[in-house]
Amino acid sequence: MAEAILTLEGVHTHIGPYHILQGVSFGIARGELTMLLGRNGAGKTTTLRTIMGLWQASSGRITFDGREITASATPDIARSGIAYVPESMGIFTGLTVRENIVLAARSGPVDPARLDWILGLFPALRRFWDLPAGNLSGGQKQMLAIARAIAEPRRLLLVDEPTKGLAPVMIRSMIEAFQALKAAGETILLVEQNFHAASVLGDRAVVIDDGRVAHQGPMSELVADTDLQQRLLGLSMDTHQ
Amino acid sequence: MTLAMSSAAGTPPARNGILLGLLSADPPRSRVLSLLLVAILATLVATPFLIPGSQPIGTAAKICIFILLAASFDLLLGYTGIVSFAHTMFFGIGGYGIAIALNRLGATWTSVAIGLAAALALSAVLAFIIGLVSLRVRAIFFSMITLAVASAMLVLASQLSGFTGGEDGLSFQLPPELRPAFRVLADPVMGIAINGRLLAYYLILFVSLGMFLLLLRIVNSPFGRVLQAIRENEFRAEALGYRVVAYRIAASVIAALAATVAGALLALWLRYNGPDTTLSFSIMIDVLLMVVIGGMGTLYGSVIGATLFVLAQSYLQVLMGTVSGSLAAVPLLASITHPDRWLLWLGILFVTSVYAFPGGIVGRLRRE
Amino acid sequence: MSSSVADTKPGDLPRTPRDWVPLLLVPALMVLAAPLFGNVSSWVTLTTAGLAMGMMIFLMASGLTLVFGLMDVINFGHGVFISLGAYATLLVLGPLAAWGEADSLVLNLSLLGLCILAAMAVTAAVGMLFERVIVRPVYGSHLKQILVTVGGLIVAEQFIHAIWGASPITVALPQTLRGAFVFGDVAIERYRVIAVVIGLAVFGLMHLVLNRTRIGLLIRAGVENAEMVESLGYRIRRLFVSVFVAGSALAGLGGVMWAFYRQTLTAGMGMDVMVLVFIVIIIGGLGSIGGCFVGSLLIALTANYVGFLAPKLALVSNILVMALVLIWRPQGLFPVNRQ
Ligand SMILES: Nc1ncnc2c1ncn2[C@@H]1O[C@H](COP(=O)(O)OP(=O)(O)O)[C@@H](O)[C@H]1O
Ligand SMILES: [Mg+2]
Repeated sequence: MAEAILTLEGVHTHIGPYHILQGVSFGIARGELTMLLGRNGAGKTTTLRTIMGLWQASSGRITFDGREITASATPDIARSGIAYVPESMGIFTGLTVRENIVLAARSGPVDPARLDWILGLFPALRRFWDLPAGNLSGGQKQMLAIARAIAEPRRLLLVDEPTKGLAPVMIRSMIEAFQALKAAGETILLVEQNFHAASVLGDRAVVIDDGRVAHQGPMSELVADTDLQQRLLGLSMDTHQ
Repeated sequence: MTLAMSSAAGTPPARNGILLGLLSADPPRSRVLSLLLVAILATLVATPFLIPGSQPIGTAAKICIFILLAASFDLLLGYTGIVSFAHTMFFGIGGYGIAIALNRLGATWTSVAIGLAAALALSAVLAFIIGLVSLRVRAIFFSMITLAVASAMLVLASQLSGFTGGEDGLSFQLPPELRPAFRVLADPVMGIAINGRLLAYYLILFVSLGMFLLLLRIVNSPFGRVLQAIRENEFRAEALGYRVVAYRIAASVIAALAATVAGALLALWLRYNGPDTTLSFSIMIDVLLMVVIGGMGTLYGSVIGATLFVLAQSYLQVLMGTVSGSLAAVPLLASITHPDRWLLWLGILFVTSVYAFPGGIVGRLRRE
Repeated sequence: MSSSVADTKPGDLPRTPRDWVPLLLVPALMVLAAPLFGNVSSWVTLTTAGLAMGMMIFLMASGLTLVFGLMDVINFGHGVFISLGAYATLLVLGPLAAWGEADSLVLNLSLLGLCILAAMAVTAAVGMLFERVIVRPVYGSHLKQILVTVGGLIVAEQFIHAIWGASPITVALPQTLRGAFVFGDVAIERYRVIAVVIGLAVFGLMHLVLNRTRIGLLIRAGVENAEMVESLGYRIRRLFVSVFVAGSALAGLGGVMWAFYRQTLTAGMGMDVMVLVFIVIIIGGLGSIGGCFVGSLLIALTANYVGFLAPKLALVSNILVMALVLIWRPQGLFPVNRQ
């Protein structure tokens, strides 16, 4: 595995009285797209939220780019170069598409060339540019959420289930967008329930089950091993083409 | 010693059982607290004979009534976790119910019953509607809406002067049995005349005590436990299948009814009711202070809080007068220790106790 | 109308129409009330009084609703800033009494301006202290917030008593601001016009800040989803403190306006209007500035109209308006989508 930009070592997370993550350890290599897989309720979202500091890890270590961020505040973690697209997308519905993107660019106006590239990936956003983001469809909101995450160059993108609830045609364009991001050299940690999307996009796979890492290795290994898929991801995954 | 701390000490098992039953198996759980409570009860029972004069017995009656008022407020604040600013509105409704009925219908027990019944009905309906409109949306609305409704009621009470006596309030005659001229016994006992006034005092004492024990029973019932589960974690309680809104509305209706009874008792004692004795916002603040300083969510806290508060109101101001007098040379210090500023100190005590002693005095005593 | 749906491509959702109905309530109320008065002059008088009062309530309420929207913090002590702003005028009126007596519009308006500056400075400073000492330790618990801010209110009111005395103080309106503009048999009090102008100016300014500046965007975004604002790398706490301080200063400004309107100062005057303020932010939708504006005008106009037609029912009518709005829209006129 290439040089790790993010590592989790024995991370435990409690939410109120519940012990959700029970010693999660894995690393993400620079320039790769790592898939974070697992059944519903396995702890994928909790893992991303713990990385972002939205839940506080109760023990363990999280390091990003050589710096420990385990106990850092969310804004500081974001400022160290991590962008986060939550499962709920976190779109500001009362703000326009433009305003949503303007806010994501912390250091000033968005670079026009970069904006052109982004709007090339998600052409629908151009059409709704000055309308409240609340008017967008679910797929368009998802596009906006990702556009927001890449409005400025970041060192790592965390994306939680970007194809959830999308129509097949939308899923296809979402996959294309991620392929373009990979081509641009982005480092990505992607949570995905759609196994087809995962198998097309992933360089590596980390599978979480019941708050622990149950398997990690090259994505191709998981794609080849149907037994492993059945055992760790459940049958429902295969029907999810 | 250690044994004594864990239950009502030293009493034989049988009596202990009766006592525990009366207290709904929720004893004070602190030796000092138990002693304080016994002392308060004993003093209240004995006041007319121990400390003759009309002022001490008046203070004692006020303590009884405010214990009931504070305890019923604690059912909301401490057990249900919602803040109402309309509690004195229900207190006032009780007072006006009695005052208007006795004033209009004559000084009979029937008037008392009619006035109380009408007041209870009005309180129940109002509490239900307020709860339905506000709690259904967000618990935080409840506090704001109760504040709004209570001040509307305050304005209404002073404007409908034909009915309520306006700012002046209403004076009235009590039924003959409660008048000073009524003799229960022909001869004085221990030099004290056993008259209707004394009867009125004991009526207030025992109704307050009975209502307090009833509230204690309610908070220790399955219903009370659900309330506390909601207070601890609203979403979990909802997930367990409890209809949070219904429970909160029910608690707010029960608290309103108890406050109405307290208001009726106060009117009976004063033979008068007006905006300043029951309805006013400053009484609302007093009750809040009593419950928080005494200890939220314990009911016994209300006893301690109300007793301390009423005593302080009567005697602390005298003390502050002395301090202020001696500081006359230092203008700001003199003015903040002036007796009129005693609310300043209570306010500071209140804020500190919310931060530092969320369990109030009772919480403190129980940790000793 | 229909063309906007036609030119969206298949697969796009039709645009949700903008929510105009609540905005129509205020003009509708003004028009519907008119026939009840029989003559134009009392309608005009009451309407300007209502608009002036509405602007003042808006000034007092706007900070509170944003503070709630942003951090889910409810401040029952907000009324202190209103009283404090009102009393702060004494700091200026004392030494500069002559400016108020002078028959010069310039001097009079400067005096009013200085009062406003002093009040906003005092309330901003106290607001910062209040946030630090009273509010910060109790994030996350509404119950404690209510208790502690009520405690803060009691203490602050007592300090006002200790500093300025417990008896009411009268303040005189500067010379040229007294009286009314008269058009035929219609008279409009000058001070009410000034109140409306100041209220509209602040509303306009606030609108600009919220829609055209980055900090405004952050506030609007934070009201919707504070966690996402943090995930984008902004410290919501700092934003909150600035909104709290600005909201306190606006309440102070409202307090000055209110003081000259009533021409009497009492420590409890803030708490008295707070009842209306709470009704307004509930009606408007907690966290919504637009709703706060509409709600303020609605409540103040109703109070003035009913106060004239059936004086005893003025405050009760506000409760009724609130109940009707909540039955129509349980989350208020402009519910804020919170996540
Ligand atoms: N706010 C919360 N409170 C309590 N439990 C939670 C909360 N959020 C998630 N959980 C629990 O944590 C576990 C993992 O959830 P999550 O990380 O969302 O799973 P995934 O994203 O893999 O579907 C689940 O059992 C879920 O019920
Ligand atoms: Mg998830």
